[in-house]
Amino acid sequence: MGLPPYATLGQRVWYYTFRVICALIFIFLITPILVVMPLSFNAQDFFTFTPEMLRLDPAGYSLKHYEDFFTNSEWQRSLKNSLIIAPIATVISVSLGTLAAIGLSQSHVPFKGTIMAILISPMIVPLIISATGMFFFYSSLGNWMESNLGLDKNFVGYIKVILAHAVLGIPFVIITVTATLVGFDQSLTRAAANMGANPVTTFFRVQMPLILPGVISGGLFAFITSFDEVVVVLFVGSAGQKTLPWQMFTGLREQISPTILAVATLLVVISIALLTVVELLRRRSEKLRGMSPG
Amino acid sequence: MTDATDNGPVLAADGSPLKRSLGRALRRQKLRALALVAPLLIFVLITFIFPIASMLFRSVQNDIASNTLPYTVQALAKWDAESSDLPAEEVYQAMYFDMFLAAEAKRHTRLGTRLNYEQTGISSLFRQSGRKLDDLGKDIERVLGKLNSDWKDGRTWYNLLNAGQGTADTELLNVQRNRVVALTDRSVSGNLNFSPSAEMAELLPATTKAYTVWVVYTATQSDKDPATKSPWEAIPVALALDLQTTDLSGYSGTAADLLIQAQAANLPLPTFTKAFAEIDEDWATAIPWKTIQTHSGIYTSGYFLNAVDAQKTPQGIAWQPEDKQILLTLFVRTLIMSLVITGSCILLGYPIAWLLANLPMRQANVLLILVLLPFWTSLLVRTSAWKVMLQQQGVINDVLVWIGFVADDGRLIMINNQFGTIVAMTHILLPFMILPMYSVMQTIPPSYLRAAKSLGATNWTAFWRVYFPQSVPGIGAGSILVFILAIGYYITPEIVGGTKGVFISNRIAYHISSSLNWGLAAALGTILLAAVLVLYWAYDRIVGIDNVKLG
Repeated sequence: MGLPPYATLGQRVWYYTFRVICALIFIFLITPILVVMPLSFNAQDFFTFTPEMLRLDPAGYSLKHYEDFFTNSEWQRSLKNSLIIAPIATVISVSLGTLAAIGLSQSHVPFKGTIMAILISPMIVPLIISATGMFFFYSSLGNWMESNLGLDKNFVGYIKVILAHAVLGIPFVIITVTATLVGFDQSLTRAAANMGANPVTTFFRVQMPLILPGVISGGLFAFITSFDEVVVVLFVGSAGQKTLPWQMFTGLREQISPTILAVATLLVVISIALLTVVELLRRRSEKLRGMSPG
Repeated sequence: MTDATDNGPVLAADGSPLKRSLGRALRRQKLRALALVAPLLIFVLITFIFPIASMLFRSVQNDIASNTLPYTVQALAKWDAESSDLPAEEVYQAMYFDMFLAAEAKRHTRLGTRLNYEQTGISSLFRQSGRKLDDLGKDIERVLGKLNSDWKDGRTWYNLLNAGQGTADTELLNVQRNRVVALTDRSVSGNLNFSPSAEMAELLPATTKAYTVWVVYTATQSDKDPATKSPWEAIPVALALDLQTTDLSGYSGTAADLLIQAQAANLPLPTFTKAFAEIDEDWATAIPWKTIQTHSGIYTSGYFLNAVDAQKTPQGIAWQPEDKQILLTLFVRTLIMSLVITGSCILLGYPIAWLLANLPMRQANVLLILVLLPFWTSLLVRTSAWKVMLQQQGVINDVLVWIGFVADDGRLIMINNQFGTIVAMTHILLPFMILPMYSVMQTIPPSYLRAAKSLGATNWTAFWRVYFPQSVPGIGAGSILVFILAIGYYITPEIVGGTKGVFISNRIAYHISSSLNWGLAAALGTILLAAVLVLYWAYDRIVGIDNVKLG
């Protein structure tokens, strides 16, 4: 949509004005992320660019906020909690979700619409409502587990948060895996069965490798959902399960410290990495299914 | 083809009719599909759908009054709140025994807090009364002790009221067990080594009832042996009450002489009405009784009424006092701000989607990264970025001062108000608007615009009459999505919204964690959920849930 050579002056003006408007909107989209990154290297405890930083003076920059993040016990504990909770929740939602997606993609499933609606509902219901419902449910579940099974309070706390996060991740797994299965050639499983493979072998040797990209990207979505989730963990967990986003949330609400910006930068780097992985997987999946030339 | 003339059923390889064989295969296939779905379905039903359903239930559940004060609620049902009389003496009497138990279990304050949502002042009334109730029984206990020191020994009471070899009143025991369960929410299983004697339940009904519930409570909740422990002051009071009316002449069982002696001594039992009036004069007014009676139903619409700034009064439904009306305002504000956010997302998203859809694939993909990167970045990262940028000492104000647009002492206040919430949430939700718009616009052939122009339309007419109508489904899909996400938002308004820029969800969180008015939180959540479900239904009709794409 280049500008044709016969464009009038008005058209030219509009063409460039439109480009400028779009550029401004893109700046609006990207600036918050771009501002956070350099500010996290601030040598001062300020949330704005110091004169030294603007002069690109090395003295204006430092890694002290990163150092604080890696040495402060509170931040380290919350990082550890996040790294415990998110992977386990992801494993639960991916394993259950993949099985269910395979079941749902078969041709004759009774009540398919209702089942799908129920499985997608954790994504539809606003988080605050899920959190409210879970708050009531998990506090009684926790009490029950503590008094009847004699489990440790802290351990029960982890179970509660992990179960809650697993449910929140399930819709993403279901959506991505069923989307991958749409292109899956069912005759391949029949061919495998024809050659004497039992259903389990067929699943792991034929079906799984082909839908793996979808499963992994569903898993990444589930992981991000848990890793980034605040509201539910705030309601369901106790102080022992403080995750990284929770710690950031408390920091933002109470005494905001520049360490938050260092954490934010690290999270942006992680999300860029994940975005790349998902994109590569999507391309690979399309290639495997012969949907795009390359 | 001889088969063509054969009218018998078509047979499968194993000789059974093909129809049945196919039916069986189909059934097996269905079962296998269901078996694959079942684990997840059960998991989601238990850990998600059930909690939501129980939240909905909690918004109408109101058994706290009948759990805490069962006999009072029963006795009070007969009282006509419209009449000018106070409730009868028996109501005060039931209240004494109910309140005594509740105070020992430390549950009376919970009911006080609940009723305080409806009638200010009840909470402190309950707290004080719970503390002062003990005094009533102290005198009687002292007189009994002077009469015979056996009354000070727990074993006297136990031997008197335990059935032992005689017939036991198991129904009374079960009723009292359930009463303690309802009151404390805890299990009362375990051997009590006690069952109330049926003879005593006949002769000294109030004493047996009070003693039985004490035994259940003491044995299961405080792990003490009721056989040797001296009972609460409420039991001597009950005894005094029973001795006023009971006829002991035919009785010659355990401790008969003690009872006859006590009856002759005329224990100093006050009237309960007067005793309550002395504890707090509010008890001598109809207000607390009316409140208890109004809110003693097991189900209530009270929380929903509170959620829309109304309340249940003995006279019917009325508006809350002026100074307590905040929730309707908050609902309206949530709606208006969500609409503003949706509107600004349309304004900012449309040009971007148009640009992406009309650029060559390669350039569009590069620019798409600029949209996807914020979409993938942690919500808290983006919120903290806005907090940093919008502060008075933040980046935007610094830039404005540097340009000379505002004076250093006239820095703009852009955070902790509605402006902050709108800006930050527009940024956060913008990708949800751009992506559906983009996917719709990609399907609009550019040749339509060229055709319109070649037929003589101006640029504007071509856009407005040809292109725009075809992009409306994209706007619709994006708008509903953004609106639904916006009305349930919690984190961002909480951090950048201050007091003026918060949403209804922040109020829900407040009631869950600070004010502990969980019924109201559940009612607010139910209303919000209903709104979201209606919107999703609309979304499904317009776009179809299946078309939701990620990234």
